[in-house]
Amino acid sequence: MRWVVQGLRGEMGSGASPASVATHAVAPAATDRRGPVLVGGGSEESLRRFLHGLPGVDQVGAEARAARLAARSIKREAKLAALDLAVRCVDLTTLEGADTPGKVRALCAKARRPDPSDPAVSPVAAVCIYPDLVGLARQQVGSSGVAVASVATAFPSGRASLRVKLADVEEAVAAGADEVDMVIDRAAFLAGRYGKVRDEVVAVREACRGRVLKVILETGELSTYDNVRRASWLAMLAGADFVKTSTGKVAPAATLPVALVMLQAARDFASATGHQVGVKVAGGVRTAKDAIRYLVVVNEVAGPAWLSPGAFRIGASSLLNDLLMQRATQLGGAYAGPDDFTLD
Amino acid sequence: MELTAWTYSPAPESRQVVSLRPSYGLFVDGEFVAPRGGGFFPTVNPATEETLAEVALAGPEDVDRAVGAARRAYEGRWGRMRGTERAKYVYRLARLIQERARELAVLETLDNGKPIREARDIDVPLAAAHFFYYAGWADKLEYAGLGPSPRPLGVAGQVVPWNFPLLMAAWKLAPALAAGNTCVLKPAETTPLSALVLAEICQQAELPPGVVNVVTGPGSTGAAVVSHPGVDKVAFTGSTEVGKGIQRALAGTGKRLTLELGGKAANIVFDDAPLDQAVEGIVDGIFFNQGHVCCAGSRLLVQEAVAEAVLDRLKQRVETLRLGDPLDKNTDIGAINSAAQLAKIEELAASGEAEGAERWSPPCAVPERGYWFPPTIFTGVSQSHRIAREEIFGPVLSVLTFRTPAEAVAKANNTPYGLSAGVWTEKGSRAQWVARHLRAGVVWANTFNRFDPASPFGGYQESGFGREGGRHGLEAYLEAGDA
Repeated sequence: MRWVVQGLRGEMGSGASPASVATHAVAPAATDRRGPVLVGGGSEESLRRFLHGLPGVDQVGAEARAARLAARSIKREAKLAALDLAVRCVDLTTLEGADTPGKVRALCAKARRPDPSDPAVSPVAAVCIYPDLVGLARQQVGSSGVAVASVATAFPSGRASLRVKLADVEEAVAAGADEVDMVIDRAAFLAGRYGKVRDEVVAVREACRGRVLKVILETGELSTYDNVRRASWLAMLAGADFVKTSTGKVAPAATLPVALVMLQAARDFASATGHQVGVKVAGGVRTAKDAIRYLVVVNEVAGPAWLSPGAFRIGASSLLNDLLMQRATQLGGAYAGPDDFTLD
Repeated sequence: MELTAWTYSPAPESRQVVSLRPSYGLFVDGEFVAPRGGGFFPTVNPATEETLAEVALAGPEDVDRAVGAARRAYEGRWGRMRGTERAKYVYRLARLIQERARELAVLETLDNGKPIREARDIDVPLAAAHFFYYAGWADKLEYAGLGPSPRPLGVAGQVVPWNFPLLMAAWKLAPALAAGNTCVLKPAETTPLSALVLAEICQQAELPPGVVNVVTGPGSTGAAVVSHPGVDKVAFTGSTEVGKGIQRALAGTGKRLTLELGGKAANIVFDDAPLDQAVEGIVDGIFFNQGHVCCAGSRLLVQEAVAEAVLDRLKQRVETLRLGDPLDKNTDIGAINSAAQLAKIEELAASGEAEGAERWSPPCAVPERGYWFPPTIFTGVSQSHRIAREEIFGPVLSVLTFRTPAEAVAKANNTPYGLSAGVWTEKGSRAQWVARHLRAGVVWANTFNRFDPASPFGGYQESGFGREGGRHGLEAYLEAGDA
């Protein structure tokens, strides 16, 4: 990965002194598992040179590779293992204007114990909600191990001042969020103001005070795979713990080729820096079959080290019941009906 | 349970979709007949070494019968048939191949050793696509660029190789039939079964007797076909050595000839290439069909500035390739087609080591029975090494480096072959420049091993002459006509 390391050195050498990097380092929480912020300072131009120096993505080739991986045939034990893993990787999500305390209670109950009839089913990774519901969710998930993830930074459009975005984050953290899902400023990204995007991520990371930071790229608005790769790198360099495809509010949301490109970026970042950044796909993943396809891409592109909730998440709601249904089918040999699982 | 290594369970395609007869005769004049001379020989599954069926060995007398039947059909109903009617038959063949696609894919995998994924997704659909494409030409031959009334040549003797048995048969038969010729097809000794099922399909399509004949056997059967005086046109795909022999034998006979022979294609990766996709293209280029591909990208020419990055990624990617049971839907690399081919690959790979190149293969368990060769990469290869010059026809990649576009082109062209090449760069003008200067029949830009019936395929120099596919492919089976 010589090109990566050279690129990074070039970046540091052209403006970002180690001191300016250090100014952005936050006091790590006891549970902080994160790596360093790699580009703290540096001019807009040097950042641009680095991101545009990344190898391009050929659309036809990337999509062909994703399609081929989607044709993998996952059966029997391999399927059961995948379904169990997928359940553990779910960020069970509700992000509606109509979310009431009742809805959030039900969501948390489902997250703690996805299948009341089978205690062998693990809890999901997290519940994902709006910031004003964090306090309630915190209390509902209790000590189950389910994390509380809150979207923030004027989700989903991100159209607010940095001050408002940071206040949003601070409130979520104060209310007990374990994880923060922020959105990048897509307008700034598309206008080529990469420094602004980076500065916001760095600032939000600081406001997170050691909580897991997921950075939503909203790939449906970035349009090209080249942009997806650059935005992934930008977020990772600015200290993201996860890069995440989408808000779920813009179509297309997660797609297999987009996940492929992000996983390649995470893999390259890890081999260049030694630091593992996770990937979260969100929006549009509804069936167990879809989820397994993503796991195959994770396994064969980034590698088995990404096959855990610590490095891979699926943001979804209706997916969970399909995973449970397919799991019951694998174990019982007969198809279960939708009414055998709780609707929450 | 923490999932540190996720093992895919076996996902075998059902063998039951194929019902093999214990013994196959020759397909002559619309019927399966016993051979007059040579008796029968076995065809084996290279992944298990089990015998799949017995196949007739056609001697000169059998070939003579087949050519006679083809001649009668040409001078009879088929030769007089209007293009619109011929088209219906060719379309029917295409549809029947689609209908029996699953069976043909499994059969191809059993007889050849290739992964079912490739037989299912590439060989069989492309074979059908060739029949569909040329069916459309049958009543439009006056637009083929060969004058207002081009005429068919007569009886075509067609000898095909073992790497894509059904697909190569389709490449030969479809344009010949659409143009109004009749055919004597000789499949490879080690992979005769799909051609015999294709003969069944000809029966099913009620193709007039004698229009397609299939004679099976070793090289001597092929020699009898090409040298038969009743054959007007010879089409051969196979080794350069045999191709040269055919060209010598046909000199002065007046027979028309097209040859599609070996290759030693260069896959050129520039420093501005989309690296991840280039790596995919390199893998597809050399490990597709175990490297048993005449246009395989067996020489990787990579610009020195990115050589290390490309090799790192390439090795990482090759480690994820799954070698094993060809019928498993997740298998990426199947069996080598025959013991003889395996011996050739082993000999040439050993010469690479002896000449000082560095050999690398991923840790990869190889099944005990059958013929197998792990994916192999040689680095530190120079132009003078045998592995950089001779066709390996196996999953063995030779890596060379270059510094400038001119050097890349010079090295790519420095081969007696000239079938295909690949170029990887994000710069359109450079791709165009390189393609213009490469002496290769097919140049792929930012992709490799892509085939389409509408696109002509064929070589330069020792890779042969004539084109298959597209409008150009018709030229091999038509004579220009004015009136």
